[in-house]
Amino acid sequence: MMKPERPVGITGYGVYIPRFRIAAREIARIWDGTSGTPVDSKSVPGPDEDTITMSIEAARNALARAHITPDRLSAVWVGSESHPYSVKPSGTLVAEALGATPWVSTADWEFACKAGSEALTAAMGMVGSGMAEYVLAIGADTAQGRPGDALEYTAAAGAAALIVGPAMDAVAVIEGTTSYVTDTPDFFRRADTAYPVHGHRFTGEPAYFGTVRSAAEKLLRDLGAKPSDFTYAVFHQPNTRFPQTVARQLGFTPQQIAPGLLSPKIGNAYSAAALLGLCAILDVAQPGDTIFVTTYGSGAGSDAYALRVTDALPERRERAPLTAAYLARETFVDYAVYVKWRGKLVME
Amino acid sequence: MDLAKHWRLRHARYRLEGQRNRFTGEVRFPPAPPLPGEREDIWEPYILKGRGRVYSFSVVRQPPEGFEDQPPYLVALVRLDEGPMVTAQLTDCDLDQVAIDMPVEMVTRRLRDLGPTGLIVYGYKFRPIVS
Repeated sequence: MMKPERPVGITGYGVYIPRFRIAAREIARIWDGTSGTPVDSKSVPGPDEDTITMSIEAARNALARAHITPDRLSAVWVGSESHPYSVKPSGTLVAEALGATPWVSTADWEFACKAGSEALTAAMGMVGSGMAEYVLAIGADTAQGRPGDALEYTAAAGAAALIVGPAMDAVAVIEGTTSYVTDTPDFFRRADTAYPVHGHRFTGEPAYFGTVRSAAEKLLRDLGAKPSDFTYAVFHQPNTRFPQTVARQLGFTPQQIAPGLLSPKIGNAYSAAALLGLCAILDVAQPGDTIFVTTYGSGAGSDAYALRVTDALPERRERAPLTAAYLARETFVDYAVYVKWRGKLVME
Repeated sequence: MDLAKHWRLRHARYRLEGQRNRFTGEVRFPPAPPLPGEREDIWEPYILKGRGRVYSFSVVRQPPEGFEDQPPYLVALVRLDEGPMVTAQLTDCDLDQVAIDMPVEMVTRRLRDLGPTGLIVYGYKFRPIVS
């Protein structure tokens, strides 16, 4: 288990989910109406949204909750697999929009669906070593799926922003983390292609299930804890079934994962997925509650975290819109609008 | 590509940064250089809160160059809580949803995409308040 010398925690958190949704049955209407769908609906970014715009809004919400001025952020880190530019950091623009520039470290992180939690773990190190007082770690994505591919039902959009700071100022103290990584070809996209490729042989086992279990079991072992010691748990959610299954394999109950299971309604928000679930849990958790988080990124790796909620949470969560407010404003679009907005029409 | 123009406007566009008069507290947007003979330190940078109300609006169906893929879209005059009036697109707002006096909040969105070898221009728009 990794743990900084100085205790750290989450001092502010914020989410963003676009207002638009497409129903899985609408995608099935076009491609395959015969089999079941992996989610009910997924979030769709509007035509003026991308990883940068979603990161900015989630981060503004996190700053409002942390109640610090943006110049106190020592680093602004954006984890995503859908950075709008290949060369030109998302982090600089996000930091500028927040007012955190120029005395700030920024970087873009990449690790499929766990790019955001990579930034979170690094933030623990920066703050835990005393190099930084506050670090902003963001997971955000506007994921793409090839038309007709199974992934098209789930590849969604969203952003979650976490400000890591001293434990004494935290809404939830991070008690420890593990990272488990192997080179596994379960899912990849070459640099100049639009859509990713599945290594079907690997997707569930050993990739998602094996990797999530490894990180989670080691953290439980190192903490001397068992699943029933936690009030809530959240796992990376590429669909509805995977997080439910891995929770059961590990010994967590459906009740523990319910508040953080957002994929049935918004699909797989990639780098934001598990972190959005964590934020949704922070929206309802009470002081003393404990939260178990495990992210997953193809390629493949998982980061697991154990958190304990402090007395500061109930007052601070009211300072920005709750996850439920973003989930509630759902406007459904049809496949034609979705295809236009996602750039799948050949115009010239 | 007007790189310098977009760069120069970034603070105003990304975070609605205007100016506040150190002596009277008056807030103005967009920021402006001091008038000839005016003391340089009268106006200090000030980030507006981004809340306001729709003063008036119009639906754009015949877009200017560079906005061809966007119509129909809403452009509004927004009276900000601090006093200044700004012109901006409304986003996340249906055409039949907008009304004069509707409360709105600022969000940072993509304004324009200058093509595969160009800049993506970001800036403020306004939308109905998410609470």
